[in-house]
Amino acid sequence: MQRIGVFVCWCGSNIAGTVDVKQVAKALENEPGVVYSTDYQYMCSQAGQDMIVNAVKEHRLTGIVVCSCSPRMHEQTFRKTAAKAGLNPYMVEIANIREQCSWVHKDMIVGTEKAIILGKAAVAKVNLNAPLTPGESPVTKRALVIGGGIAGIQTALDIADAGFEVDIVEKKPTIGGKMAQLDKTFPTLDCAACILTPKMVDVAQHEKIRVFSFSEVSEVSGFVGNFEVTIKKKARYVKEDICTGCGACVDKCPVKKVPNEFNLGMDNRKAIYIPFAQAVPKVATIDPNACNMLKAGKCGVCSKVCTAGAIDYTQKDELVTEKYGAIVVATGFEPISMEKFDEYAYSQSKDVITSLEFERLTNAAGPTQGKLLRPSDLKHPEKIVFVQCVGSRCASCAEKGKEYCSKICCMYTAKHAMLTRDKYPDTDVTVFYIDVRTPGKNFDEFYRRATEDYGVKYIKGMVGKIVPEGDKLHVQGSDLIANEQVHIDADLVVLAAAIEPDKSARPLATMLTASMDTNDFFTEAHPKLRPVESPTAGVFLSGACQGPKDIPETVSQAGAAAAKVIGLLAKDKLLGNPCVASSDENMCNGCSSCANVCPYGAITYEDKEFRMPDRTIQVRRIAKVNPAVCQGCGCCTVTCPSGAMDLRGFTNSQIMAEVDAICK
Amino acid sequence: MQKVTREALIEKAASLLANGTVTSVLAWKKGEFDYDITPALFTGEEEMHAELVWNDFCGANLSKYLVAKTKKAEGKILVFLKSCDTYSFNQLLTEHRFDREKVYAVGIPCCGMADIDKVKAISGDGIASIECAEKIKVSTIYSEGAAEMDLNDVLLERCESCKSKKHVAYDELMGEEGEILDSHRFDEVERLEAMTPDERFAFWQEELSKCIRCNACRNVCPACTCEVCVFNNPASGVESKAPVNDFEEKMFHIIRAFHVAGRCTDCGECSRVCPQNIPLHLLNRKFIKDMNECYGEYQAGETVGQRAPLVDYTLDDLEAGEVFERGGDNA
Repeated sequence: MQRIGVFVCWCGSNIAGTVDVKQVAKALENEPGVVYSTDYQYMCSQAGQDMIVNAVKEHRLTGIVVCSCSPRMHEQTFRKTAAKAGLNPYMVEIANIREQCSWVHKDMIVGTEKAIILGKAAVAKVNLNAPLTPGESPVTKRALVIGGGIAGIQTALDIADAGFEVDIVEKKPTIGGKMAQLDKTFPTLDCAACILTPKMVDVAQHEKIRVFSFSEVSEVSGFVGNFEVTIKKKARYVKEDICTGCGACVDKCPVKKVPNEFNLGMDNRKAIYIPFAQAVPKVATIDPNACNMLKAGKCGVCSKVCTAGAIDYTQKDELVTEKYGAIVVATGFEPISMEKFDEYAYSQSKDVITSLEFERLTNAAGPTQGKLLRPSDLKHPEKIVFVQCVGSRCASCAEKGKEYCSKICCMYTAKHAMLTRDKYPDTDVTVFYIDVRTPGKNFDEFYRRATEDYGVKYIKGMVGKIVPEGDKLHVQGSDLIANEQVHIDADLVVLAAAIEPDKSARPLATMLTASMDTNDFFTEAHPKLRPVESPTAGVFLSGACQGPKDIPETVSQAGAAAAKVIGLLAKDKLLGNPCVASSDENMCNGCSSCANVCPYGAITYEDKEFRMPDRTIQVRRIAKVNPAVCQGCGCCTVTCPSGAMDLRGFTNSQIMAEVDAICK
Repeated sequence: MQKVTREALIEKAASLLANGTVTSVLAWKKGEFDYDITPALFTGEEEMHAELVWNDFCGANLSKYLVAKTKKAEGKILVFLKSCDTYSFNQLLTEHRFDREKVYAVGIPCCGMADIDKVKAISGDGIASIECAEKIKVSTIYSEGAAEMDLNDVLLERCESCKSKKHVAYDELMGEEGEILDSHRFDEVERLEAMTPDERFAFWQEELSKCIRCNACRNVCPACTCEVCVFNNPASGVESKAPVNDFEEKMFHIIRAFHVAGRCTDCGECSRVCPQNIPLHLLNRKFIKDMNECYGEYQAGETVGQRAPLVDYTLDDLEAGEVFERGGDNA
């Protein structure tokens, strides 16, 4: 039999205002197992906690019920208090008489009655509580960062600087991501390459960092502290450790007309290529779909000119398996396809481009060496129209766009407009917008400079249609402030395309059992208080894979994710949550229902020998829960047909006892 | 009369025993009376000639017996499966309840099975012997001659509303394959749904009050194969519990219906074996009908490894609120 102490909190007037706390304490005094019951103004205060510690000693309590706020607020506090008093922390139950009672009731009589019932349920549960001890598991002191953009780079550097090994897996031949494709960065207008490439070099030179470029994650198993990941290194037909990146092969390669992905297809590259000058690793890659040698067995020029002997036409995809303690997802974003936006004539005219294409057009390493020339005839455009929110905030057109705000477009459009006017003052620049959103340090000042100092024309309203007419683009829009139709014959139109998570994110989420929202952005464990952790233990989120972000925000989130990883890897052992499922092997049918519904992959099966009453041996298939992976959600317990599966700390009998107490 | 003869079954079983494919045969034999045909395991041909029965009273679904028999048997067991039994067979495989490698399944066509109560209604009580040929001939201790009847006039309810003559699992099929039928098995459920809550409560009160808790329904049910049933589990809080009121007793059937929801293949064994003739299958059919309506058509046991709607999630699933609204005051 338990000896239970009940502590009813006033929470100032938060609870005491609508619940007669004295009456609650008195009513619970007579519940089975209760030997002491009292009330106090602030149970969570030091004095309140001391009161609990003293009562445990004085009345030899074995269980504690605190009638107070939500367990999310102070369950941990009172568990620590119990531990201080020498009790097992899991002998504490919270009856939530604030959020679920005093705050939702106005009438003192009703509120008090309900508080008593909630208290009785908690007492009934504590009567069945058993001490729980968290399990331990070791931690592999190495982190995996998936994605080598600025988010992945920053996270990897921060983790490595703390002394832990980090592997970066990047699906492209080089790290750098989207930031490497940008020209200038708002609001300070630093050149993107100038601030990014030193970091890329740091990654390449860091002794704690390994880069798996041109590689993908193909399998993930294990759990927090003990992940086992299979990485597929795609064949690049060049020996990465031998290639010096001299570029002789690229110079001599006869296949010249392969669309260059790095410049978004606006110029061509060779069949063997290095994406850009500062690529890391600076290693050539052969495109098997373009290379004559790989397609037809004829050519072999690159092999002949390579003095290092790095070319290997027989290279195959290679699988590498490695253990990690933590995984950071930094898969980033990509602009949405403009195919469904026919009204903007993107597929009809070469002079309708996306903002990312505009970045390449203005970049010194881009297809025009940084001169702003329009793609169709390489003439200088005199009238440029920027269209914002193309596919963003598109509630009514969800089948082609996105409901959310892509967040970065207002700022980069202001940047594009401003830079254009700065470099080519003769150019007429118009921006169509729904709203201009510039929250952020020095952001609004930046936007105002574009309009006030650089004379960019901002028109509130959307563009309805763009029609190519001769060498002009006829832009029809509306000006909502002047309440009139606007017609502009532009030379170049730039569409601020919405951004969406990278396509690789969804299959990755499945492998990681990490949850995603309906837009395929990774879900954080708590939108405010745990923004860089995935609900799956040991999986962290960095950058735009979690939601649209600009560079400053991405870098700070990347650092935050790194801090969380370092905190995890610094531990030698992990204490698990003891409130996990466990299966009674004598009752388990081995039916797999629990494993089918487990969102974390925590349940496996094994064949076990049982000695039967008639002394025969019977082999039965039984479920095993891995307590380090189990998050205690309880799906398995409600699915189990035989009741073999039970959740520690929330056992079926405890829950039934609570329900009985409420229904009595 | 059944299309495949008893002799054909024995011949098939004997040849499979002889060539070593199987070491035992799960079929039926006579019980106390001619009409209570029960499942039986045979290991030799002579034994089969002496005892094996295959006639219009072989309603028993043999699938469930495989759970216990395969654990003990060395070598493979030959099992004869009627079309409806094959659904249970698949469902048990989905739940890993026996090892498929240890079973050799022979599908046999079924013309429906006789309901002894309907037979008795024609022949009268005190049945002395039954002969199944073109007609079912029943003689009683009170009558001189035998009463004759057509199988089709005395079919079990579950056979009248047979959902499928198609076998969904077998290693070998005897006779011709049938088809999935457009059965009217939900008609009776609809009649119950049309009742007012009070009428419906009265209906079930009346029916369930007949229950003597013999557990026959649970013991025969192929979905009830738990190693330890919750009603026998000391930790469940309901083991050996004396009912507080007359309705608490009935909770047994409602809990059982919940436990088999999504797993029940609607084989109808519960109602067939009920000594009190409670139409227990209606509870399960109500679940099946609701699941079909809420989550799309689903037939448990149609294939091995399928995910039942109640333990699966798709984006098209009904929201909890919509399910609730279907209930409400008018339910």
